[in-house]
Amino acid sequence: MSPTPQQLVEHALATSTADDCIAIVQASSSANLRWAINTLTTNGTMRGQSVTVISFVAQADGIATGSVSSNATTLEQVDAIVAAADAAAREADVAEDSAELVSGAADADWDLEPATTDIRVYDAFAPELGEAFGQASAADRILYGFVDHEVVTTYLGSTSGLRRRHAQPTGHYGCTGKTADLTNSAWVGGATRDFTEVDALALADEVARRLEWGRHRINLHAGHYDTILPPTAVADLMIYANWEMGARVAHEGQTVYSKRGGGTRVGEAIARPEVQFRSDPSYPGLGCLPFALAGTSSNVASVFDNGLALGPTSWIDDGRLEALHQTRHSAGLTGLGVTPAIDNLVLDISGAGGSLDDLVAGVERGLLVTCLWYIRQVDPQTLLLTGLTRDGVYLVEHGEVTGSVNNFRFNESPVDLLSRWSEASATVPTFSREWGDYFSRTAMPALRIPDFNMSSVSQAM
Amino acid sequence: MSGLDPTFTALPYRQLGDAALSRARDLGVTHADFRFERNRHQDLVVRDGILQTAHNADDLGFAVRVIHGGAWGFASSVILTTDEAVRVAEAAVEVARVAAAMTTRLVELAPEPVYDDLTWVSSYEIDPFDLATHEKADLLIDWSQRLRAHPAVQHATALVQQVHENKYYADLSGTRTTQQRIRVRPEVEAMGSTDTVFDSMTSLAAPAGRGWEYLTGTTYDWDTELAELPELLAEKLAAPSVKAGSYDLVIHPSNLWLTIHESIGHATELDRALGYEANYAGTSFATYDLLGELQYGSPVMQVTGDRTVEHGLATIGYDDEGVQTQTWDIVRDGVLVGYQLDRHIAHLKPELTSTDGRGRSNGCAYADSPGHIPIQRMANVSLQPAAQGPSTEDLIGRVEDGIYIVGDKSWSIDMQRFNFQFTGQRFFRIVNGELAGQLRDVAYQATTTDFWNSLEAVGGPDTWELGGAFNCGKAQPGQVASVSHGCPTSLFRGIRILNTNDEAGH
Repeated sequence: MSPTPQQLVEHALATSTADDCIAIVQASSSANLRWAINTLTTNGTMRGQSVTVISFVAQADGIATGSVSSNATTLEQVDAIVAAADAAAREADVAEDSAELVSGAADADWDLEPATTDIRVYDAFAPELGEAFGQASAADRILYGFVDHEVVTTYLGSTSGLRRRHAQPTGHYGCTGKTADLTNSAWVGGATRDFTEVDALALADEVARRLEWGRHRINLHAGHYDTILPPTAVADLMIYANWEMGARVAHEGQTVYSKRGGGTRVGEAIARPEVQFRSDPSYPGLGCLPFALAGTSSNVASVFDNGLALGPTSWIDDGRLEALHQTRHSAGLTGLGVTPAIDNLVLDISGAGGSLDDLVAGVERGLLVTCLWYIRQVDPQTLLLTGLTRDGVYLVEHGEVTGSVNNFRFNESPVDLLSRWSEASATVPTFSREWGDYFSRTAMPALRIPDFNMSSVSQAM
Repeated sequence: MSGLDPTFTALPYRQLGDAALSRARDLGVTHADFRFERNRHQDLVVRDGILQTAHNADDLGFAVRVIHGGAWGFASSVILTTDEAVRVAEAAVEVARVAAAMTTRLVELAPEPVYDDLTWVSSYEIDPFDLATHEKADLLIDWSQRLRAHPAVQHATALVQQVHENKYYADLSGTRTTQQRIRVRPEVEAMGSTDTVFDSMTSLAAPAGRGWEYLTGTTYDWDTELAELPELLAEKLAAPSVKAGSYDLVIHPSNLWLTIHESIGHATELDRALGYEANYAGTSFATYDLLGELQYGSPVMQVTGDRTVEHGLATIGYDDEGVQTQTWDIVRDGVLVGYQLDRHIAHLKPELTSTDGRGRSNGCAYADSPGHIPIQRMANVSLQPAAQGPSTEDLIGRVEDGIYIVGDKSWSIDMQRFNFQFTGQRFFRIVNGELAGQLRDVAYQATTTDFWNSLEAVGGPDTWELGGAFNCGKAQPGQVASVSHGCPTSLFRGIRILNTNDEAGH
């Protein structure tokens, strides 16, 4: 029998010869199916276990650290990681983020074994998918897609007494459909924790409905359009606005959240007053790691903060920039609160209600986007992003979808959009097409932007 | 050239491979391969003279891939025992059984000769993992301090990513290969601001399949780069904003490599052109029916694919399907003539590479780690120089009103590789064949075939440089690849230039 993750943590803490030590074991399992052209292509079931040891050595003017990670399942492998981390700490200079380690006791579920998944998570989905391939082929539609389910159980132990455990299920699904002549494309996707509610035939039906919208094709020029961004596309943009929220780089003048002349824009109104932008590890359906976890220090993470409890955090409150991603070290530099980054994101618009369809119903002539793609930063000062529409841009006339239009390249800043939207729907759980593989837990409204900048036409279909 | 790392060859990969392949054979597979990897990574980041990040991570594990009942099955693990190797082989077959119900086209592979226990090691002098971390950190600290000594530089970072990869591959046909590669990505960035704008400038040194000598030896002139960067940043901060419009562009290899990567490299992956990436990375406008027909670019455009160029990031001896690596044409005289292939794709289009109807892969299958399945992945895709071609100065001399672009920054291209937009590090105005100071807020936007057909001239061999990236993304689950692209300085006529401030509405 291999040692348990808890035994590996305790072994590392007991055998490190440094002054203090933190050990992190992450046991992971995953299963995926991928399909294209109405047939399964690749697939897999994977198991992994990584061990990170962070050693801390006190010096006269602070604490030096060493951090080493590797896949490991045996005590001997952990011995080698501990020895390397201890040696690295002894060789290192004092860390600029030196601080007391986070103290605490053992979580109630510390002794539980890792949660796991395997290919059987698709027992219900897989036969339906096979049926969907048959239906699509018969109707001259082509399906492409991917489902992934992963469970990561994290064990964090510290010589300060802390023992924290967290099991994180992460799943998502996406299906692209094209007409047989490849001139019309649609996409449907979402996030799930366990695949119990994901229905392959329903997914394929929604793809078929959207392909039907695309039967009538209209070519439009580049320009500024009254545009509805569905929750998926809002997530595509807002995840970037979140990723740029590092407090230190903002304080040092390098982001859209920097005040010219020095410091951050915290306290400044940067959005319409209805905008609430926040994260919460216990948000229903989007539950995520409730403590800080850092294998190495950086601008937005500190190994000294490992285990720090995370709670509900407002980044933008009533339109005012309230907080940025902090370590205890950067909080000291910036004179702001300790608000580490959190692995979910919620945008709420106070007073907004209704659905995406309700927003569409209110548009006289405009565009309904499916999702955005290949989003990259053009100018950090304004957080100007470029990217493209993908897999369905629909023309809305008199409150109804009347056809599909060509794709566009856009140039827009998500921070600007938070001031420029004209209408919003209620917030719903959603999944970013562009970033969902790396940041899957989001809840967003649909937003109507009266003058979205479609900079040029893309011929992609 | 160095030998295989003895700490890798001491690992039990041969026993695990024998156990896994034997079990897979017993379970009735038509193909099985076993891949065992140890990939060592160290990232060092210095900010303003202080070592901020020192991250050491090894990825060690193995995978078994099978074809059973005409369907793929894949499984991986990190437990290094023969019992686990047997279990993983069984798991791969079980996955193939689940997959068979949804597999409507049976999977077959193009054949490949057997390579019986061969070794390949990349070209480098100093393995960075043989050096003490503090020795490497001290160099980066010195670099960041040299940048900060200039009054225009408020903050400076210096970083290096280092990777040491070992891989053992074995399959049921009898191929066994053991390989080793080293690569590094050093970069410095200087940041500054005025009352109204901030900006940054990064070094131009490309990531490379080289060892630590790349940071300390004579291959790259770091002293000059560190001395010039702050002044270039100061000039950029004070530069006028570009007027949007159509310009002639002279593009240096430090920028053009990325345009090649996005608009040629990905577009000529045959799995994409056939639709296999449609749900994620996308498809390609360069569809198979256009082979031999598509005028991709002007007649001076010659593009090759290879996994063999010395110091190339995609360079290796054998791919993750046991295929010996090669060099081939992708665009000849401006016309699309080839694609990047793996064994499955090569079997689907055998006429591309063989006359016997069975096809042959050109060696472009690889995975980024032991836990991921190999997919068709990018070769080093490179634009060739003209044998007697002009110098960069000659190319600039041909332009009356244009922009000379150096260094890469922002990049984006659509799902079929038509419409792209790029920025850069340094944009120099060209007036009557002479450089006339920097410009700010520049982006170039074009459609792939319009852009490459506007290529008037490529520079000579003296202007050719190998660029590249560590962070090319593809596939689901997402995989990250390193790949190089060589190109000469090149001249393009009449390209759309945007002012990014105008685009933002500011």
